[in-house]
Amino acid sequence: MSGRIMILKNARLVDGSVIDLRLNNGLIAEISTSLPDGADSIDLAKNLLIPGLVDLHTHLREPGREDSETVASASAAAVTGGYTAVSAMANTFPVADTAGVVEQVFRLGQEAGLCDVFPIGAVTQGLNGASLAELGAMANSLAHVRMFSDDGKCVFDPLLMRRALEYVKSFNGIIAQHAQDPRLTVGAQMNEGVISGHLGLTGWPAVAEEAIIARDILLADHVGSRLHICHLTTAGGVELVRAAKARGINVTAEVTPHHLLLTDDLVVGYDPVFKVNPPLRTSKDVEALRIGLADGTIDVVATDHAPHPAEDKDCEWQAAAFGMLGLETALSVVVTAMIDTKLMDWATLVERMSIAPARIAGYGSHGGRIAVGSAANLAVIDTSAVWQVDRNRLASKSRNTPFHGMNVSSVVKRTIFKGVEVFRNGEVLNRGDL
Amino acid sequence: MHRHLLSINDLTREEAIGILDTAHELSVISDGTLRKLPTLRGRTVVNLFFEDSTRTRISFESAAKRLSADVINFSAKGSSVSKGESLKDTAQTLQAMGADAVIIRHGASGAAQRLADSGWIQASVINAGDGTHEHPTQALLDAYTIRNSFPEYRDSFEGLKVAIVGDILHSRVARSNVLLLKKLGAQVTLLAPPTLLPVGVDSWGVETSYNFDEVIPNVDVVMMLRVQSERMLDAFFPSEREYSRSFGLDIRRLNALRPRSIVMHPGPMNRGLEISAQSADSHHSVILAQVSNGVLIRMAVLYQLLGGQTLTDTNSPEASEKVVAK
Repeated sequence: MSGRIMILKNARLVDGSVIDLRLNNGLIAEISTSLPDGADSIDLAKNLLIPGLVDLHTHLREPGREDSETVASASAAAVTGGYTAVSAMANTFPVADTAGVVEQVFRLGQEAGLCDVFPIGAVTQGLNGASLAELGAMANSLAHVRMFSDDGKCVFDPLLMRRALEYVKSFNGIIAQHAQDPRLTVGAQMNEGVISGHLGLTGWPAVAEEAIIARDILLADHVGSRLHICHLTTAGGVELVRAAKARGINVTAEVTPHHLLLTDDLVVGYDPVFKVNPPLRTSKDVEALRIGLADGTIDVVATDHAPHPAEDKDCEWQAAAFGMLGLETALSVVVTAMIDTKLMDWATLVERMSIAPARIAGYGSHGGRIAVGSAANLAVIDTSAVWQVDRNRLASKSRNTPFHGMNVSSVVKRTIFKGVEVFRNGEVLNRGDL
Repeated sequence: MHRHLLSINDLTREEAIGILDTAHELSVISDGTLRKLPTLRGRTVVNLFFEDSTRTRISFESAAKRLSADVINFSAKGSSVSKGESLKDTAQTLQAMGADAVIIRHGASGAAQRLADSGWIQASVINAGDGTHEHPTQALLDAYTIRNSFPEYRDSFEGLKVAIVGDILHSRVARSNVLLLKKLGAQVTLLAPPTLLPVGVDSWGVETSYNFDEVIPNVDVVMMLRVQSERMLDAFFPSEREYSRSFGLDIRRLNALRPRSIVMHPGPMNRGLEISAQSADSHHSVILAQVSNGVLIRMAVLYQLLGGQTLTDTNSPEASEKVVAK
């Protein structure tokens, strides 16, 4: 890859300027209003050029559930969605709670070679919620882990959460909390509200999320550490994070694309493609999440990409797995929810989907400005196009997208990773094609 | 008529009344010499029961047999289901065997709708109770029973006051009954400790109360729900005795009923918990009538889903005569 030169012509930036770029050695080597054409030059025809997207919350399923996704297939899905970095959640089989497993996932990402795969380490051994995993060993491994999460499960024990928050300070780590009080959500199937009452499905009340967020904000403040709230879904949660930030507490939060667009009334048909944890909430919550994302209370959009094989969704609601695909639709869903509605502009979208997540997790080669010397991790977007999501035309191994048949805005035209095109006009370009 | 009966919401008011009327016509026929109608001869009805419920199963079985259908009972215990076979595979197996109707009882809310919507099966699906969601034939048989007790409310329940008492939160019987009773115009009060009322119940268009003694003198119908004593392990109520004192239908409350008011229970009863023996066996009780009306309602539902629009379509001359004679 090194030494390879690529010229990008007529790239439109979020500020409206149109420039040419020369990429060399995986970096942006030159920016000019007019570079000479060459054999390697690509005319972007004034499509939007943004830094590659960065996902802080991705379930790649490998090791253990390669029937639903692999690091390679998730990488393909990622670059299809304009992502150049994803963060591999720890709830694999075995759990990513040792240096060995995080290094394995990291190495699989490098072998796939389409984007960076940064492992997230488990907070507790085997996600047992009882004893700390070897956080230091994972931090010092080749995978260089900085973000830790028991995602899928809440770190419920307040003392253990306190210790984890304190412990990771020595290497500037961050704990990403899946905020769900397990006692308040025993057997929970969907948002607790009017719809759950009608459908006879056990409710997942907003307070179960908000109680943990409130507690952990206070803990993070007390020990002076960094807290990240995974997949915020409730209006009350947004308020808590907003108040904490106003007090100067070091908390960041993410929202998923599906929680920005979908609501719990979709559960009415009992189709498990809409079963997700935390659950789809009400339109009032969606409104609060959108406002929170626009005003910066919510720092990032993270996909919570959660592939499942057909049999885990082709069943009755209660028996179905929680989770939705997200990587390939995230950008377009966010554009539809936030930009088409005039709540947010493209510069802010780039901040929330690339710059902020890279900053929070410390991914230095991602989420940079489009400037000379920045890593050439880039995505090209046709902002005028609309497309219809088709679950049968996905790079992911799984099909559980809730957006099937929906029209969404903006199309990822190209993804460039380390100065090399890895995705172009609907096609993932394998290393062999390069 | 529709292909499936999954929820009371599937029925318009007129269609619901149509089922009650059909059940009435069937009762007229059954009282005569004709025990069995040929309507569903050659049709296969499957009782697909993932939960044990002998009384509901035999009610459907007897309804189907009285319409001359072939009945297959498929219960989860001792079948491939207990070995982990999925709902989908079970459904496709039944499809391959040529089932015309599948009556499903399942512990998961929405299982019946899933079976109907998924494309796994072509048969008519009848919901015989799905989790804590609905049990539409129970509500229909309850409405039928109420109508028999109060002929003045035959075509509308406008003005009729019904109290549903007990574990509303976990009750599919309560959900279906609320929908149907409201559709027919009744005024419904739900009585339960606040822990056993669903979030959002204030949007159901019903009254709620925590005070049984206040409500009982003013209602025409008291519908008691079965309470599972294991609920107290999850802190829904402190003890069986406290529940029984507050929400049980004991002799004192029974005596507060108006003379014509009726006591209902979908069964099986916990005598001494939600209902005392005197109440269950009193002249107010229509609990056994509910059981026999269950067969008629299920005949009517099978008839309408599989047989034809109205009973007068039947090719049995005796049946037509009886109906006309009435």
